[in-house]
Amino acid sequence: MVRVLAAALCLACIGCERESRPFTSLPSAAAQKTVGTDLFAGPVAPPRADTSPFQENAWGVSEGKRLFSYYNCVGCHAHGGGGMGPALMDDKWIYGRQASNIFETIVAGRPNGMPSFRNKIQDVQVWQLVAYVQAMSGQASIDVLPGRSDHLRYSTPENARRAEPAVQTGHP
Amino acid sequence: MFDPRGPAAADIAVLGWILIGVCLVVYAAVLGGLAWSLTRRRRETDDSPQTARRITTVITSLVVLTTVILIAFVAVSASAGRGLTSPTGPGALTVDVVGYQWWWDFRYRDVTPSDVVSSPNELHIPVGVPVVLNVQSRDVIHSFWVPNLHGKRDLIPGIVTHTWIQADVPGVYRGQCAEFCGHQHSKMAFTVVAESRDEFLEWIARQRMPASDPSDEAARRGRGVFLSTTCATCHTVRGTDAGSHVGPELTHVGSRRTIAAGTLPNTRDSFLRWVRNAQAIKPGSRMPSHQHLSTADLEAVVRYLRSLR
Amino acid sequence: MATATTISAEQETRIQAELERSWAVPRGVIGWLSVVDHRSIGRRYLVTAFVFFVLAGVLAALMRIQLAFPENTFLGPDLYNQIFTIHGTAMMFLFAVPVMDAMAIYLIPLMVGARNLAFPRLNTFSYFVYLFGGVMLFVTLLLNTAPDVGWFSYVPLAGPDYSPGKRADFWAQLITFTEVATLAVAVEIVATVFKMRAPGMSLNRIPLFVWAMLVMALMVIFAMPAVVTSSTFLLLDRLVGTHFYNPAEGGDALLFQHLFWFFGHPEVYIIFVPALGMVSAIITTFTGRPVVGYTAMVLALVATGFVGFSLWVHHMFATGLPQLGLTYFTAASMIIAIPSGVQIFCWIASLWRGRPRFHTPLLFVLGFIAIFVLGGLSGVTLASVPFNLQVHDTYYVVAHFHYVLLGGAVFPLIGGIYYWFPKITGRLMSDALGKVNFWVLFVGFNTTFFPMHFLGFQGMPRRVYTYPATMGWGTLNLISTGGAVLLVLGGALFLYNAVRAYFSGPPAGDDPWGGDSLEWTIPSPPPVYNFLHIPVVEGRHAAWDRSADPPVVTGIRSDCREVLVTDVMDAEPDNKVEFPSPTIWPFACAVVTSLFFIGSIFTPWAVPIAAVPLAVTLIGWFWPKEHA
Repeated sequence: MVRVLAAALCLACIGCERESRPFTSLPSAAAQKTVGTDLFAGPVAPPRADTSPFQENAWGVSEGKRLFSYYNCVGCHAHGGGGMGPALMDDKWIYGRQASNIFETIVAGRPNGMPSFRNKIQDVQVWQLVAYVQAMSGQASIDVLPGRSDHLRYSTPENARRAEPAVQTGHP
Repeated sequence: MFDPRGPAAADIAVLGWILIGVCLVVYAAVLGGLAWSLTRRRRETDDSPQTARRITTVITSLVVLTTVILIAFVAVSASAGRGLTSPTGPGALTVDVVGYQWWWDFRYRDVTPSDVVSSPNELHIPVGVPVVLNVQSRDVIHSFWVPNLHGKRDLIPGIVTHTWIQADVPGVYRGQCAEFCGHQHSKMAFTVVAESRDEFLEWIARQRMPASDPSDEAARRGRGVFLSTTCATCHTVRGTDAGSHVGPELTHVGSRRTIAAGTLPNTRDSFLRWVRNAQAIKPGSRMPSHQHLSTADLEAVVRYLRSLR
Repeated sequence: MATATTISAEQETRIQAELERSWAVPRGVIGWLSVVDHRSIGRRYLVTAFVFFVLAGVLAALMRIQLAFPENTFLGPDLYNQIFTIHGTAMMFLFAVPVMDAMAIYLIPLMVGARNLAFPRLNTFSYFVYLFGGVMLFVTLLLNTAPDVGWFSYVPLAGPDYSPGKRADFWAQLITFTEVATLAVAVEIVATVFKMRAPGMSLNRIPLFVWAMLVMALMVIFAMPAVVTSSTFLLLDRLVGTHFYNPAEGGDALLFQHLFWFFGHPEVYIIFVPALGMVSAIITTFTGRPVVGYTAMVLALVATGFVGFSLWVHHMFATGLPQLGLTYFTAASMIIAIPSGVQIFCWIASLWRGRPRFHTPLLFVLGFIAIFVLGGLSGVTLASVPFNLQVHDTYYVVAHFHYVLLGGAVFPLIGGIYYWFPKITGRLMSDALGKVNFWVLFVGFNTTFFPMHFLGFQGMPRRVYTYPATMGWGTLNLISTGGAVLLVLGGALFLYNAVRAYFSGPPAGDDPWGGDSLEWTIPSPPPVYNFLHIPVVEGRHAAWDRSADPPVVTGIRSDCREVLVTDVMDAEPDNKVEFPSPTIWPFACAVVTSLFFIGSIFTPWAVPIAAVPLAVTLIGWFWPKEHA
């Protein structure tokens, strides 16, 4: 009986994480300071956010998808296929595919044209965008990934994309 | 709906009174018939064939009467409907209504593109003039409804539907979304301001002008905060560099009667609460909270916004 | 063709013993899962449906608490949206239709003189599919993954772009669960009513209750495919990336509305028509006379069934469809009032002519007339397009459909339960408490829903989790919430009365009310074989028209589950069929089907993977058996 309850509780947690709509607060691992390098002062490494707090949150990923269009990321990256900017739905990553790397990319900008959005987009929304960027290459559970969008079909829906091992290219 | 301020709503109200009046009479008759049936004194002749025939005759006549009433209803309703599909006269004003989750944009067409006016959440119309509305949605199904002026029209993505309103009495009327559209369907309202033709033209002329320059130091500081932080990423203020169309245009936000799609009245306190913590007032809406702003910055921004008349 | 023989006492005893053995209800856990007799399944449907009713009612109480005051913060928008969606979905799909199915499953064989419902294993399968689907829906409420897009789940709000996560998928699959279960029961009802009536029960001698259930079942068969199409298209759009509802790629958001409401309108008649049958049964018994105008009543039921399919666009008057088409639907929506009017007039005439005995079932029928007629009239007003455009999607519509559903279906249902409870359990519910129950429910209902007409006129829209304090809607909302308290009390009284009577009510005997139909000629509760001998029906009111030494059918085997199949028009004996004995395969198939449905919410792979165990259970089910 206890085991049944424990299993039910675990199920409850999974359900909660995917389906929560944290309008007034961030889910779990909230706005952490990110680090852009492996070097650190002192004997103990500071925490790195390797996942966006919205990575397993379907609402957060879908907000990120909406913001990706709203804030005109599609202007350079199209819907993941790239253009002026690099493709985001493939396995090649210039600056690293961890959440903290993507966060840095958005907030601080990168050479060769990626603008800095510091103070232009709130941290919560940046984390939503981070979660969506990861979702674009299939890096989230299938039940969290968005489906097809209500626009002209531009690509396979995110929930049909499979994550592949990342390839660090270090250059565009 | 029984407080009509325009011809369409007035016709519907009359139709409503007719339908409801007849239905209430019918209801009273049915209840009366029921009460009588239950309380009448029983007689031996109740089971005779003559009584059975009389019952058949009575029921048949009642059914015929019902049919006649219903056909009359159809006729009255159809004729009222025909009068309501098109505006009453020529020279109507045309406004595009665009629905978003969870706000409205009213765009006044003009031949000159730079004179097109966008007035989020507040629709001004001249009194006595039919206003044709082309309604469309940018996301999910909404429904445009001003009970004092006309019935509702759904906003369906992928289709442009049409309706019209006309106010014969000057005043301020509330409208709201009438099709469930997500978290903040409850707080997706708008205001219709019916004013005289001259007032309306004055208003349009003011709306066409770009944002006024801030007159005092605090407002100037507020504009600086507005343009250098996240505000400009979503909102347009014509006359400045802020040109994003994600959220409602704020060029003349200080002149509107309400903010947040009819949720709050236009007061300094409302502005402060809305900008600081929109998610507490309208959880799930697309306006983020700005609790990281310092009190000074927040007050400055609000002062700037309220100066945008 | 009837030969006059008398059955001796020893023959009777032997037949009875053999029937008790062949039709025995199995015991134990496996036995409970293998049961195929209609009385057990009917009782389970009834209890399960009422559990869902109570749960959905609790959700409604929560909604009323939130709406009692303007700007209330008892429930936030997300939770409120889930709650009102589950309230509607559970009431419509998990309570209203299944409870009518329950009454049909239990009573139809008893009323037509059969030993079981047709397709007994399908019956068992349908119950478990219904149960698992309902449990799934309420579990989603606990996991914060309950659908939050309304019971009608319009696209694009319920589509992949605007409903992230799995919430809307659970709604769509619930439709599949309940559709399978309800279609199965509908098929059984049609087959039983057409082919398993006792000899002598020609078509013009079928009780009005059975006619109503037949019309309901035929409506289900034609209406359900539309909704499962709409929900399947929605699932495909969300999971697989099709574009049925995507205007940018040639789809149409209105397609969903047409498919849904093509089912949605007949659905409310599916709920309502069985209640009409109950009203006829109760009025017949409690006036002591046949209902006036049998033929007119039957034709009215059939006409309601037909015309009910021509109304669906009246849910879409605001969408901007062309005026001429809308006028057709106005006319059809008005015309459907005519058969309902015929029935009301015939019932009032029956009350006029007969000698009413004011026991609880008749009180609920009178309450039905008072409430349903008002709801029907507000429906007639809603048929008018201009009027509709003002009150559509406001609390006027909420008032209307609660008047016709609660008044038109639930009041007769509760009356029907007071009426048939003695037959089902062998005990009587308290009539005195029943009368108090009626008044509490009647007053509570009107206090809750009558003010909503005015809220609609004042402009309060539906599906809102709160409303501004400046609108002046607070008083009426508070009154409505007060009425809801009475409704909860009335519901509790009803359950208390039923549960107490079940355990310690006075014994009822075969026929406590003097009923007119066949079920009152057998003991209460019925024996496992229903009828010791299949009766030969001698008139339209099988119990009243029974002669002193009534003729029965002989030659049906009692050492196995043999049933008599008769022809459609005059119920002449046609052939004999051996019905299945208790078996675990329907339950196993239901388990596999449920896992298949739930799995396909998460991955399309569930389809080929589940096909294998599904095939296995179906093979087990249909494996030919040695006939005795």
